[in-house]
Amino acid sequence: MITVPIIADLFAQGKEPDVLFWVGSAGSFDDRAKKITRAFVKVLNKANVNFAVLGTEESSSGDAAKRAGNEFLFQMQAITNIEVMNMYNVKKIVTACPHSFNTLKNEYPELGGKYEVFHHTQFIEQLVEEGKLDLSKANLEVGNITFHDPCYLGRANDEYNAPRNLLAAIEGTTLVEMKRSKRDSLCCGAGGAQMFKEPEKGTMDVNDLRTQDALETKPNVIATGCPFCNTMLTDGIKNKKKEAEVQVKDVAELVAEALGL
Amino acid sequence: MQFIPNVIFAILLGVGVFYFANNVKKLVRNIKLGKDVNRSDQKSERWANMIRIALGQSKMVRRPVSGALHIIVYAGFIIINIEVLEIILDGLLGTHRLFLPVLGNGIYGFLIGTFEILAFLVLVSVIIFWIRRNIIKIKRFLSKEMTGWPKSDGNIILYFEMVLMSLFLIMNATDIHLQEAGVGNVISQFIAPLFSGISSEGIHVIERTTWWIHIIGILAFLNYLYYSKHLHILLAFPNTFYANLKPKGQFVNNKNVTKEVQLMMDPNADPYAAPTEDEGEPEKFGASDVTDLNWVQLMNAYTCTECGRCTSVCPANLTGKELSPRAIMMKTRDRLEEVGKNIDANKGTFQEDGKQLLGEGYITQEEIWACTSCNACVEECPVNIDPLSIIMDMRQYLVMEQSAAPQELNTMMQNVENNGAPWQYSQMDRLNWVNEE
Repeated sequence: MITVPIIADLFAQGKEPDVLFWVGSAGSFDDRAKKITRAFVKVLNKANVNFAVLGTEESSSGDAAKRAGNEFLFQMQAITNIEVMNMYNVKKIVTACPHSFNTLKNEYPELGGKYEVFHHTQFIEQLVEEGKLDLSKANLEVGNITFHDPCYLGRANDEYNAPRNLLAAIEGTTLVEMKRSKRDSLCCGAGGAQMFKEPEKGTMDVNDLRTQDALETKPNVIATGCPFCNTMLTDGIKNKKKEAEVQVKDVAELVAEALGL
Repeated sequence: MQFIPNVIFAILLGVGVFYFANNVKKLVRNIKLGKDVNRSDQKSERWANMIRIALGQSKMVRRPVSGALHIIVYAGFIIINIEVLEIILDGLLGTHRLFLPVLGNGIYGFLIGTFEILAFLVLVSVIIFWIRRNIIKIKRFLSKEMTGWPKSDGNIILYFEMVLMSLFLIMNATDIHLQEAGVGNVISQFIAPLFSGISSEGIHVIERTTWWIHIIGILAFLNYLYYSKHLHILLAFPNTFYANLKPKGQFVNNKNVTKEVQLMMDPNADPYAAPTEDEGEPEKFGASDVTDLNWVQLMNAYTCTECGRCTSVCPANLTGKELSPRAIMMKTRDRLEEVGKNIDANKGTFQEDGKQLLGEGYITQEEIWACTSCNACVEECPVNIDPLSIIMDMRQYLVMEQSAAPQELNTMMQNVENNGAPWQYSQMDRLNWVNEE
């Protein structure tokens, strides 16, 4: 059982959450991403975080629209979302989607939405540091894990350590780096609204190239921190017929599993 | 009559500097064709960036081989230029090695010795660069945008440097006084014996000839810059100073759009109200030509030295797509130069030529839509050029002015508009995940 408070309900009771969990469209609707959302909530529940979601009041962050060139639609989305969040007096946001993370953190403030925004790996790391989440018994006998940096977490916002620190804290795993990692990481192929269209003509697909990078490390698990990267790499693994040997997992899922949640 | 060489020298120097200044004026004029963007904030951070990245070459050395070779050529270029000061003064005053008596054998010898060692190292490095380009054929120098002029340009620069460094060393080797005094001839003493069979008058003629060709070569190279990718030796500095300091994922929010959106969402706004002030022509969204870009983007184009590190890390390019971030910068510069020439030919005003940067002969829509906005090109550029910002401005033009997005993206945007998600799911189902195991 997971507990997912809805901000409107809290508000009606005169309460406020400490942090808003921005689920994002992928986290709400994509079958694979929904599992990540649930895993993250399990971690939040475990650490007794006073959080809430917007639920049906949440709408697309506008990231994909903006990167596709539709600035008008992006700003409509942003300003609508900001009105809702400001009405609920939101101060702090956490999200498991680097695209939402980036736009909420960097592009919303100018439009009137000034919040402290965290990627879920940063947030979990903070819970550990504050002693609210104990990873000392986190154990997961999976072997090699390689972390794929989402562009909008890594290069876009210079966060390379939080996800790696969490993975390193889990017993039974060995973190192995791809030849292209951190600031030199190769995109999964989904950013800039590519997720929603067929790629242009070329010699291969970007996700297959990135999957090759990952497979060179002989991983048991490819970890990432983005629902889009997850889809792209999962497809890449299927194309290579490696789905029996290699799993693609979100850092939040690995943390939840390692804690037996 | 003895002043004739001085006069000739002064004229050559004057002509060289005059043409260069003229070209710089054109360069600045062309860059200013771009739209305004404020990059005058955070001065100390900007200086620090310039010192670290341009002066300190911090991003160059991320690739150790080309980085180390580049530092040698770069340091050589700057330090050997101190000697050019003496050459210019000698030329104007009719003196020979003016600084020798002033500085004394010790200091002067140390300086000349340093210059000679650097000149030799530069020569070796430049030869290795040439081999990398023409014999080893490193992939990023062979892309399809690197044929014709860009390929020749790359080699011409290397030939210029080879010749200048050789002339400098021969000039010293044939300077009998310098060789006899043994002042700073660290490298040239090994070249001097090659001329041992020649009379001292003959050697003097060689010395004078190489001296003249050397300084004329430098003036020619100075004036070659404007036509070459080699402009980076000057523009790397302002380019790193004025580069974007915000997180790379933060794209600009179009202010004109904000005004419209706020008006639309303001319940008190009267949609039928006449505009209170004369607003002029509505602002164009995004960019389809160089004049729609901002001046930093245009300076980026002139700064690009076509090294291709951006393209070598671009996921689209690595997987065989048409997009090459380097080509985006090269085409932007080509078009900007075309617009500049048009203005020069038409007494200072641009005459419509039916062309634009996003179109025939320049950037294609296929390139623009292949980008994943991953910022690898921006991260990789040794002088902080931002090809991604140009791509995004062009997408904005295609979508907002032309409604020319790929069909699947139109579907995605319709979904966002209708149901607040890029897929066709009801907003009322946003919480279904809570009860799904």
